[in-house]
Amino acid sequence: MNHLLRSLAPISDAGWKELDDEARERLAPALAARKLVDFSGPHGWEYSATNLGRVAPVKAAPCEGVVGVQRRVLPLVEARANFELSLSELRDIDRGADDADLEPLDKAAHQIAVAENKAVFHGWKGVIEGIADASPHKGLTLGNKPDAYRRPVAAAVERLLQSGISGPYGLALGGEEYQRVVEGAEHGGYPLLEHLRKIIDGPIVWAPGVGGAVVVSLRGGDFVFESGQDLSIGYESHDGETVRLYLEESFSFHVATPEAAVALA
Amino acid sequence: MGFDQYHEPPEELPPATRTFARLCASLTEEAEAIGWYEQRIAVETDPEALAVMRDAQGEEFKHFSMDLEFLLRRSPAWREIARGILFQLGDIVEHGEEAEAETFEGDGADGDPAYLGGSLGIGSLRGALR
Repeated sequence: MNHLLRSLAPISDAGWKELDDEARERLAPALAARKLVDFSGPHGWEYSATNLGRVAPVKAAPCEGVVGVQRRVLPLVEARANFELSLSELRDIDRGADDADLEPLDKAAHQIAVAENKAVFHGWKGVIEGIADASPHKGLTLGNKPDAYRRPVAAAVERLLQSGISGPYGLALGGEEYQRVVEGAEHGGYPLLEHLRKIIDGPIVWAPGVGGAVVVSLRGGDFVFESGQDLSIGYESHDGETVRLYLEESFSFHVATPEAAVALA
Repeated sequence: MGFDQYHEPPEELPPATRTFARLCASLTEEAEAIGWYEQRIAVETDPEALAVMRDAQGEEFKHFSMDLEFLLRRSPAWREIARGILFQLGDIVEHGEEAEAETFEGDGADGDPAYLGGSLGIGSLRGALR
């Protein structure tokens, strides 16, 4: 048994399979960062820090004639979303019910996906520097009118090219912006989604949690998401009516090339 | 150009599975090329031609290895079994049996494969761009 303590939960094999399948189904569409940045791992729950290849000076040495430096690392963060399920719903799954109420799991899956997207694209205060924070390209505005999206997205691609950042590029669109683009047909004709796809020569990704949009290079080596324990469901406790579970992961995120992305507010 | 790397109708396959199938086909082609160069080198007597073919075969070694690494990164169970077999001294078949057993043996909740350890096994979603 590992740290997730799954075998202590009053949940059958069929129940666990249903929960895992449901979580995967809900998470995969929303995990936008994993569709656009490099993914390393998973390296396991025991993995604690990402090597940065850098050192920091230390003031004193143990004795005269010796100098020292200290390795700098990026510690992984643990993100967890708790949820509760009804034991009677889990028993119904064992009876073959295909309409069990798993809404608390769905909500937790969305929350942790949003947290991951926010951490990667906008940062996690004091813990992770996000892509938009690190980018030196400032001042481009997406606005509220989808028909006007084409120009700032093209400008973002042009800024990347001017900085020597090659494509293909990907476009992460926040929830509202994605909806506007999907609904939008420029001047009532050519779908905006297709037009934007041609401009960036790459994918457009629904990124809940992202404010505005971010254009990133997909050439590789610029943004690294390092996974310790990949997303997992663990067991916390239970009583006669409810089982308390959680979705959890550990990860770090590192921007190697800040100029390889442009944020659009 | 044929599309016979797909065993199922391509339009029914998700993008990540199509990418996986392409790399499987590429891996097969690189292995075939390595075998062909091995035969050509075995019968060639011109030293200059031999040098060219040895260099070309080295390229195929590289391509095969890159294809394999890509596929292992996208398939945790395959990676775990390979970890128990590749670059190990001793009996290959024995290592294979052990690696298979260890990979699929329960760990944590009943029915969890050890390579997942309770994880949902989502990993990278590059190529699953929906």
